[in-house]
Amino acid sequence: MAANFPMQEQVQGGIGATEPGHDHAHHDEHHEQSFLQKYVFSTDHKMIAKQFLITGIFWAIVGGTLSSLFRLQLGWPEATLEWLKPFLGKWIEAGKLNPEFYLALVTMHGTIMVFFVLTAGLSGTFSNFLIPLQIGARDMASGFMNMLSYWFFFVSSVIMFASLFIETGPAAAGWTIYPPLSALPQAIPGSGAGQTLWLVSLALFIVSQLLGGVNYITTVINLRTQGMSMSKLPLTIWAFFLTAVLGLLSFPVLFSAALLLIFDRSFGTSFFLSDIYIAGQALPNTGGSPILFQHLFWFLGHPEVYIVILPAMGMVSEILATNSRKPIFGYRAMIGSLLGISLLSFVVWAHHMFVTGMNPFLGSVFMFLTLIIAVPSAVKVFNWLATIWRGNLRFTTAMLFSIGFVSLFIAGGLTGIVLGNAALDIQLHNTYFVVAHFHLVMGSSAFFGLWAGVYHWFPKMFGRMMDEKLGYLHFWLTFIGVYLVFLPMHYVGIAGFPRRYYAWTGFDTFSQFADLNKFISVAAIVAFLGQFIFIFNFFWSIWRGRRATENPWNSNTLEWTTPVVPGHGNWPGDIPAVHRWPYDYSKPGAEQDFIPQTVPFSQTQSSNLPYEKEME
Amino acid sequence: MLANEALNTKEPATGIHPTRFLLMLMMVSIFMIFAAYTSAYIVRRNEGNWLEFDLPAGFLYTTILLVLSSATVQWAWLAARRNDLKQVRLALVLTFGLGLAFLVGQWLLWGQLIDQRVFFAGTDSNPSGSFLYVLTGVHGFHLITGLIFLLIVVRKSFKYQVHSREMLSIGNVTIYWHFLGVLWLYLYLFLLLNH
Repeated sequence: MAANFPMQEQVQGGIGATEPGHDHAHHDEHHEQSFLQKYVFSTDHKMIAKQFLITGIFWAIVGGTLSSLFRLQLGWPEATLEWLKPFLGKWIEAGKLNPEFYLALVTMHGTIMVFFVLTAGLSGTFSNFLIPLQIGARDMASGFMNMLSYWFFFVSSVIMFASLFIETGPAAAGWTIYPPLSALPQAIPGSGAGQTLWLVSLALFIVSQLLGGVNYITTVINLRTQGMSMSKLPLTIWAFFLTAVLGLLSFPVLFSAALLLIFDRSFGTSFFLSDIYIAGQALPNTGGSPILFQHLFWFLGHPEVYIVILPAMGMVSEILATNSRKPIFGYRAMIGSLLGISLLSFVVWAHHMFVTGMNPFLGSVFMFLTLIIAVPSAVKVFNWLATIWRGNLRFTTAMLFSIGFVSLFIAGGLTGIVLGNAALDIQLHNTYFVVAHFHLVMGSSAFFGLWAGVYHWFPKMFGRMMDEKLGYLHFWLTFIGVYLVFLPMHYVGIAGFPRRYYAWTGFDTFSQFADLNKFISVAAIVAFLGQFIFIFNFFWSIWRGRRATENPWNSNTLEWTTPVVPGHGNWPGDIPAVHRWPYDYSKPGAEQDFIPQTVPFSQTQSSNLPYEKEME
Repeated sequence: MLANEALNTKEPATGIHPTRFLLMLMMVSIFMIFAAYTSAYIVRRNEGNWLEFDLPAGFLYTTILLVLSSATVQWAWLAARRNDLKQVRLALVLTFGLGLAFLVGQWLLWGQLIDQRVFFAGTDSNPSGSFLYVLTGVHGFHLITGLIFLLIVVRKSFKYQVHSREMLSIGNVTIYWHFLGVLWLYLYLFLLLNH
């Protein structure tokens, strides 16, 4: 019976057979795709990456605008904001910002930046773009699921954006949506329809992340080209891979928590609610535990900050090595520290909860585990510094942003050691010290990683270069702006200045910080306006930028062996095989200061090391 | 040419088809949902104010149904390897029937819980009851996805697309169905031990 089946069917079920290969065979023959197929419902990983990037840029503008609005309120609490009325409508009451809308602004700023920009916009863009290109694959394991991943994100974005405009306002319980505040519309108007839309949007977002994540992992494990062993992978791929693993394990837990919260809000269960009186009325809910929500939330929430920062770390490692013309220092230690950070990220979540009245013994266990994260982080910082040490530095814009990343990561990481101590955290919790810490170490750093990535891989995405001069301007404005915003914030935080307060003018203790707050607001708004230089540069360069060559940075990794703008299937001919690691820069005895991964040892006899001679 | 490329120019990896690998990763994330719920259950239970009630005995019967369906889906897989398509269809349809019977059983048990005055929501509810509904409900939802997957493979078997040289889809549905069974066994034992 079996003999009747054609050969092709055999391949399909066989071990190691890949669908992208089949797809490609098909597409090579007739290359014409309709507009809809090519730009909208595309299954090509490069187009999906660009979709993620441009949606991410849109969200970053929205998130930045919201932060400028609440910085106005914080910097000039007495000023009249009547001039914002055409923009904010009824949220300006008699020249004052509505206090509950202030909380909604903060909530949406956090949600948008953490999830929509730095998760979807960062790892969605670069995992999609770089994984197949750098491992030598035609496309992702499942192009269709990859497309779904983007469109789930898109629908989720539309819902979240719509929630900004509804009558009761968007969600206002903080991006951490702690119940009971987030569960009871009587508590704050934003916990009505706004919170419902928030939860629906986030549920779709999680689906999008899981569809993307399983694809990234499968592709890295199964579709590497010949010779590309795990120990020859660029560090970017290791970082994207581990990011996807973190997402795979932690996003379902957030989904669980969100589902229980939906049941509490809309179906009358009491998972997180108990013994609550509102306006003298007792609610029927008994037996719930709001702390339980925090445990579930932070089991995602902590890995989430590494989901944000790991891709940036990977790209920075790659860009620093390329532009220092030196091998990355401690390649294996870099992989080891990524693994260490990923592992530890799952056992430190309760350091966000030191003030919930947890058992002090438990608190010290989490404190101990948290402080251990300093070890792999320090390994990474040491290796980055050792990589650029006495390198032949090329200050491209991407390089500047990478160095900026290392600087911000150190500056923000140091205060992490402070906050990781339970005794200190109890003092500093809910002050601006925490805000300053995480904006430096994860917010700004990840943004710097994102910009570095855009400037570095722009030529491969669009076939043109971004303007360097505008890039420098963008870098210096942002770099100085970020420090001017967040350094003073540490200081007001240590003085006890609380987070989430709409205005502090009622407290004598804090009114002395009025000038400093004004200063922070000016710096924040100037830095935000500086981003429009980037946005102009980005879109202008897509159409008008200087034309790029195949390998403008003289880099070693596989994506630079593709045509200037790689088509569907990435390589017009055979997929190149890989012979060496990606960091052979300035190898003694070599003809050039870089040797791409595709060059076999037999062609580089003058520079081969003794153990490489055997592989000639 | 390119089909050969797929076979010959790849770095040897896990030896598992990418689609199957995707499925396994999705099973990991499904498991994480239940890991979250069961650990939340334990944490919440230890805080007191926890309604104790008897788990309906009927869960034993639905469990047996699901174990039987795991046996039939395995039978379908073995039959596909022997190219015995009649048995494949029979076994897959049987699996589908048993799965449906399991879901109906779970539904009836929800009714029984309500008769026992164990509610999902409302004034008389307690998280201990609500958790039971959530665990069975979310598992039931995933079982429905398994049923849909079974239907797809049944359709393929009628189009002669399931046989010893094309084991991918039936292998995947077998793996997924066993996973749903083992997941339920885990939940059942968990509920037995924590009641």
